[in-house]
Order: sequence, then structure tokens, then C-alpha cells
Amino acid sequence: MNRRKFIDFFLGGSLAGTVIVFLYPTIRYILPTKQIEVVIKKITAAKVAELAPNTYKIFKFGTSPGILINTSDGELRAFSAICTHLTCTVIFESDSGTILCPCHNGRFDLSGNVISGPPPDPLESYNVEISGEDIIVSKKG
Amino acid sequence: MKNILQSIYFYLDTRFKLSGLIQFAKKKKVPEHKHSFWYYFGGICLFLFILQVLTGILLLLYYTPSVDSAHESIQFIMSQVKFGWLMRSVHSWSANILIAAIFIHMFSSFFLKAYRSPRELTWITGFFLLLIFLAFGFSGYLLPWNELSFFATRVGTDIAGTLPLIGKHIKTFILGGPDVTGATISRFFWLHIGILPLLTVIILGVHVLLVQILGMSKPIGIPQNKVKEVPFFPNFILKDSLGWMLILALIGVLCVFFPWEVGQKADPFAATPIGIKPEWYFTFMFSTLKIIPAHIFSIEGEMIAIFGFMIGGLLWMLVPFLDRKAAKERRSPAFSFIGWIVFLYIVVMTAVTYLLPGL
Repeated sequence: MNRRKFIDFFLGGSLAGTVIVFLYPTIRYILPTKQIEVVIKKITAAKVAELAPNTYKIFKFGTSPGILINTSDGELRAFSAICTHLTCTVIFESDSGTILCPCHNGRFDLSGNVISGPPPDPLESYNVEISGEDIIVSKKG
Repeated sequence: MKNILQSIYFYLDTRFKLSGLIQFAKKKKVPEHKHSFWYYFGGICLFLFILQVLTGILLLLYYTPSVDSAHESIQFIMSQVKFGWLMRSVHSWSANILIAAIFIHMFSSFFLKAYRSPRELTWITGFFLLLIFLAFGFSGYLLPWNELSFFATRVGTDIAGTLPLIGKHIKTFILGGPDVTGATISRFFWLHIGILPLLTVIILGVHVLLVQILGMSKPIGIPQNKVKEVPFFPNFILKDSLGWMLILALIGVLCVFFPWEVGQKADPFAATPIGIKPEWYFTFMFSTLKIIPAHIFSIEGEMIAIFGFMIGGLLWMLVPFLDRKAAKERRSPAFSFIGWIVFLYIVVMTAVTYLLPGL
């Protein structure tokens, strides 16, 4: 390596180093900071008297919404309210007795299985139990 | 008075060489033929962008980008601040008209084959400007923090999240976390008033510079003796400003009779409202995602649609290099046909969203 090549390499390397010194902290600054998420496995979703048959409630399950349905037979079912297609919040349609995602018309039955529309997977279902006046919803497994 | 003005002009001319600029504008010619009407849409886009910048700067005076106050600050602008309703409505209406004008400008350039050599880079920078203005629309839509914009952002960013390998990282980066939260408003605000305007100024600068250097394209097949040339200044610029005034009048009428809505404040734990849809310029993609089957040959339908749009967009950007006939100044009906298919697809799927909401 002659003197000129060495100088070129040295100056080029310095320039690259300077760019990296500015770029690295900038990129780290822009990337979102990881937040500690509290994992909630069980929650009181509603009071027993709150839900008449053939109605539903969207409840807060940790950081995402869940859906609790009291079917026309009086049976309680709970699922994640996040549609498996593109994460809209689903609703319960009492007329058809099905769960509907209003964004792209994905439809699920009361077991969370896809009946029609674009959702690729069923809704995540939760355990439901009654404890006194409370309806307790918990994650399976 | 005349002497004072002349002295001021002389002072400035000595320092900024204004006479050179005026000579350039006087010498600059614009082709005039039966399709020259479409040339005016470039200027309309520029005018609307300037309007966006001015009204955007004014809105910054009262807008607060946080979950607790974003919606309230927009309500305050619309109901308490004098002419706040006008500033926000002008910003929102002109943003929508700008996107429409960009689409018209793009399709007219496509059908007139204005992308052919040596204007490939003008086309490509124009394509990037379209993407940037769609990003402007998407990021600006969330800022009022209403329920429509909340769910539109959720769906839109989840589309990015479905990309293999990098999707989740892109989604987290855009949202500032795993979901749409206050961090998302901060990021969208940062994009909307910082990064995107910076990119626009750079790319728009290159785009306009290329138009100045290369001049306006003449359509293929029009005999040279049928193409007149008119001076850019004052002939073309006067017609251009007439178009701007008409657009401004249209925006004024729209703002007075249809002031832009504030909507319901977003509640992340509320059900998605029935009949929700994104801004009109995204609805052709929205309807595609709605009607595509869940699985096609065991591949997720949405993935196929998203890749389809990405590959389609890439090919659209590379059209100057694919259309070899136009590059040799020959007609290329196959590309015109493809252009019509794309145009009709966008129009039909947009119409389907509004006419057949239950599809």
C-alpha cells in the first residue's frame, strides 16, 4: 500500500466512522423503546346481571380487547375481540347470532370459528366462569 | 414611485441576478396541442401542496399530539378558534383534492407516455411523491384521534405487519410499540410535519428541476407542425393560475358547506363501528382485501393481495424501462391497455366500497 492509498483509506475510513457515529445513536433513538408488559391471565369481565341473553360486552383484557357474549340460550362465551384478519375489534350480531368484524365483513360462529370472509384463523377463545356476581374470563392453558 | 421600485429591482438584480431568471422564464416554451389541458394538473398539485404547508403551519398553533388532548385540540380548533373550522377544513379538503390531482396527473402522464426517455426520473420521482402523499394522508388521518382514524391505522399498519420476516418490525417501528397508542400519535405527527415534508421538498425539488431542464413531454404521434409552443411566462403561468383560482374557489365552497368532521374520540376498547372504511384513496385496496378468499392454494389471501399491490406498484414505477416502444417514439397500445385496466380497477373497486358496503 503506497502513501496515497493509505491516506485515501484513512480519510475514507474516518468519514465512514463519523457517519456511523452519528447514524447508530440516531437509529437507536428512532426505534421504539421496549415497554414492560404485564401479562394478565384472568380478569373480571362483567357482572352477571350486566349481560342479558343475546347481548355482548367488549372488555379490557390486559392491553387488548376481549368480547364476552351471553348467547340466546344464556350461555356465556368469551374470545379475543381482535379479528385474525387485520386486527379490527369484532362485535356480536344478535340477529344472526354470529360474531362480525365490521372492517372486512369476516364472520365467526359462537365457537370462534370462521364462517365467512377473509379471516384466516379462528378467534382465540377464553374460559368463562362465574364467581358470585362476577363473570371471570381467563386465558386457556 | 417607479424610480424607487426600479432602484429596489436594480439592488436585488445586482445581488441575485434576477434578470437571468426572468430571461429564462421568458425563453421557456410550453408545447400546446389537443392534450395540453392535462399539463395543468402538475401545477395544481404544487399549488395544493403550498396550501397544505400554509394551513398545516397554522394548525400547529393549537394542535396537541397526545391521546388525552389530540381530539380535544381539534374540537377546540373547530369550535372555539376564530376561523379554525376554515383552516382545518381547507387543510383536509385540499389534502383530498391533492391526492385526486396527483392521480389525474399520474394517469395523464401515463397515457401521454410522458415517462419515456429522457424523462424516466421525472416519472420515478413523481411515483415517490405519490407514495409520500399517501403517507401524508395516512399519518394525518390519525392525528385527530377519532374512532375511524384509529381503526384505519390499526388495519393499515397490520397490513405492513403481515409481510414475512420484517413485517412485525416495520409495524412496531411505525406504531412505536405493538399497538396503536399515544406513541403512535407522536410518531405519526413526527412523520407528518417533519420527515415527510423534508422528503417532499427534496424529491419535489428534483421533480420540478427535471421538468425545467427537460421541458414538457410532447405526445407520441402528434405531427411537429401541429404542436405550437407558447411562452411559459406569462401565457402558461396565467392559465395555470386560473386553474389554481378555480380550485381555491372549489375548496372554499366545500369548506363552507361541508366543514370537515371531527368524529367520535377513539376508544381502543370499543367495538369497531359498522361500515368503517379508510380514506377514499385507499378503498380500492380495502375492497380487494374484503373480497379476496381467506386462502388461495393454502397461502393466506391477504398476503397474496398485499404482494400483488407491491409488485404492481413496482412494475408501475418501472414502466419507463418496460415500455420499449414508447422509448423509441412509437405508439405502445399494450401499455395504454394495461393503464386502462389499472385505472378501471381502481375506479370500480372504489365505487364498490361505497355502493356495495355489505359485500
